[in-house]
Amino acid sequence: MTQPTSPTFSDLKRRVLPSSVSQIGTITKYELVNYFRSRRFFVLLIIGVIISALLTTLVAYYRPSSFLSSTLSFYSSWWAGAITFVIILSGIFYGGDAISGEFQNKTGYFLVANPLRRSSIYIGKWLGALIASIIMLGVFAAIAIGNGIYYFGPNIPYQLWVSLLFSLLYLIAVLGFTFFFSSLFKSTSMSILVTAILFLFAFSLIQSLVEGLVKIEPWFLITYGAQIISNVLVDPYPTTATQGFGPNAFTTYAATIPEGIAILLAYFVVTAVLGLLLFERKEFT
Amino acid sequence: MSVPSIVAENLTKNYGSFTALSKLNLKIEGSKCVGFLGPNGAGKTTTLKIFTDMIRASEGRALINGIDVHLNKKKALASVGALIESPEIYPALTPREALSMVAEIRGLPRAEAKRKIEETVAEVKMSEWLDKKVGKFSKGMKQRINVASALLCDPEVIMLDEPTTGLDPRGQAEVRDIVKDLKKKNRLVFMSSHLLNEVQEICDEVAMIDHGKLIVYDSLSNVTTRFSNDGSNTVEIELSRDIDDQSVSRNIGSLAGVTSVEMLDSRKVRIHLSGGIQNQERLLEDLATMKIGMISFRPSSSALEDTYLRLIKDTL
Repeated sequence: MTQPTSPTFSDLKRRVLPSSVSQIGTITKYELVNYFRSRRFFVLLIIGVIISALLTTLVAYYRPSSFLSSTLSFYSSWWAGAITFVIILSGIFYGGDAISGEFQNKTGYFLVANPLRRSSIYIGKWLGALIASIIMLGVFAAIAIGNGIYYFGPNIPYQLWVSLLFSLLYLIAVLGFTFFFSSLFKSTSMSILVTAILFLFAFSLIQSLVEGLVKIEPWFLITYGAQIISNVLVDPYPTTATQGFGPNAFTTYAATIPEGIAILLAYFVVTAVLGLLLFERKEFT
Repeated sequence: MSVPSIVAENLTKNYGSFTALSKLNLKIEGSKCVGFLGPNGAGKTTTLKIFTDMIRASEGRALINGIDVHLNKKKALASVGALIESPEIYPALTPREALSMVAEIRGLPRAEAKRKIEETVAEVKMSEWLDKKVGKFSKGMKQRINVASALLCDPEVIMLDEPTTGLDPRGQAEVRDIVKDLKKKNRLVFMSSHLLNEVQEICDEVAMIDHGKLIVYDSLSNVTTRFSNDGSNTVEIELSRDIDDQSVSRNIGSLAGVTSVEMLDSRKVRIHLSGGIQNQERLLEDLATMKIGMISFRPSSSALEDTYLRLIKDTL
């Protein structure tokens, strides 16, 4: 049997623990290693590539005017039409069970009994999910831009870069939100299911009901704020407009850029703080 | 030189109306191995989880080396290696990666971490699996890596919650050897276990807990002596050659302090004796002079079991 060398207590006292920032970096690094080694990263990547391949084929074959009438309309149809779905999928894939999995799968027992703050684990895992999602977004954006260059040349409208930034902000807010739900539940299937239902159905449904029946601006919905991703690719920028008169009047609400940014930031800040507090207080029973 | 310590002050944990731990007061200091015994649901794992901040105490404080674990977890656990229940490791990682993560979290320099990982994994006999994905491992193999993780950074305080769970008999013996080695390295080991012979073999002291309350904390020999029916003791001896029934009753049974003798087999004898540690010492001397081929002399594993059964009346 190997006999490890044994440091004295004074040696141990001299060994300084890394800063919390450094520990966050460690958690992020191994979270990414875990993602890249597991199937989930590649499954999501394949989904993104399939969506891009379908769009490439359909646009090349049918040459739809909605895509090919102008550079802006191309990116509006391609990028804005699919990116929110890709972001939501990333949120569900990476955030849905990020924290609940630590409880249900007992992987948290391996980490939490070490000398690091729980917030370091939470933030490290969140950053890991963000980086993995950005890679996914990058691949999707590269294919979109590649197609755009093929049809319209290398002149990429500045609005696309702005839309990319808003997409990043939406991704940050979505991951904040999914991590919050992941902290709320101890069951991975429950946290994934609730997140998926909310983003894929509930928010759209609520937005339609609020706009159509209650006739108020749905400023409290994250998906409403995310409209700035597509709106910025429309020239002129859409504004809130009412069609018809009296009881038959129908108002289409459009979030302005400051409103959209505020909504997305508010969602991120509130859900990140709540999620972190929940994780700090949650017990490994 | 500082002395490692674990202190529980009025430690209480309530789950609604159920009290899992009730005003536990315990002070363990120095380099030794302390066995933490109790029936299922007695509060052993709850105590260890509070000491690693996996759960919060409803009342009281858990201190490691004088630092409150809940108020300053990072500092309190800086010199602690813990294995609570049977943790799972990310299945896509290899032991080398999982242990590198722990080493980085604990601030081990890269070169030292590489060496320590290889040494510790060798110690738990998993060297050939060092670069294989954990997802393919059996429960016992994962537990060996968990033990390696707890020992990786030479912690001065080691908390083990039933560390031999899931291990085969050889694995259990190897973990026991590892814990015995830790004692030689002046570490403080606090270990919960259901296996009384395991505790008997490796622990210097024993703390017994039942229904969330500490019943006794003392040295192993004091506990078995104090709580035996009549202050008597039991030892078991092992011989290198066969002994017959008559020699046992005539020669051993007549020694001072011996109240009765049982032959367990032709080379194992259980001796009941009155009195405490002094009588044990005298018996050992007497047996040695008899030249009957005695190769081991130890308190009977049933002594702790008898004490346990006397103190722990029922299981939850």
